[in-house]
Amino acid sequence: MADETRVPIASELDIVTARQQGRGLAAQLGFPLGDQTLIATAISEVARNILQYARRGEVRLELIQQGRLRGIQVVARDDGPGIADIAKAMQDGYSTSGGLGLGLPGCRRLMDEFDVDTSVGKGTVVTLKKWVR
Amino acid sequence: MHVPILKQGPNLIATVQAALTDADLVELRDELAAKVGNLRSRGVVVDVTALDVIDSFALRTLRSIAYTTRLRGAETVIVGIQPNVAFAMVQLGMKLEDVATALDLEEGLALLNRELRGGGNHGG
Repeated sequence: MADETRVPIASELDIVTARQQGRGLAAQLGFPLGDQTLIATAISEVARNILQYARRGEVRLELIQQGRLRGIQVVARDDGPGIADIAKAMQDGYSTSGGLGLGLPGCRRLMDEFDVDTSVGKGTVVTLKKWVR
Repeated sequence: MHVPILKQGPNLIATVQAALTDADLVELRDELAAKVGNLRSRGVVVDVTALDVIDSFALRTLRSIAYTTRLRGAETVIVGIQPNVAFAMVQLGMKLEDVATALDLEEGLALLNRELRGGGNHGG
């Protein structure tokens, strides 16, 4: 089992590939089916954000370990426009692209850990983690 | 992947086969809107049993299918949302709002037939 998988995101089909790869890795790690679905859904949302706002980027999926805990880390990275008002982007219902704006706050609820690093004009890195219980 | 649409009496049945891209879903919506007119259908069942993920885009498109076909005079029922998928949708904060859902194809068709006979009794 590879410890890291990189899925370039440049088309809609890549969103499907990323979430399928993520589900596969989650299954290998022993996540129950319910968690696999939460992880796949979160990957779909962050990959979609890349396509929608930055047009291209990458989703990196990796196995992580912290003491006796094992888990999956999803890093969605792009060199797009960045998020000007991150506090606002984290509110349910906020969106600048005509969507529902549920992406980021929703992803935070699906996963155990959530982090956004963004700067205007430079890009966005969203990091998600979930631990096997 | 193209979604086949079958006609059964006054209803259309669209069975989603596998992971769909955004474009496939939009194509399904447009095709259903056209077929409801061409075949004078009164009801539409969209069977999503095979979908292992319903993200915000998929949900918006399903809702848009229901609203579009309603404006064309047909009611849509979404059937087969898997338990794990339903839970993920709730966690994500997504709502289908006033779109009808049913457990499976059989229940979905029964719901549509009741509505046709009962003249749109949503108490079902």
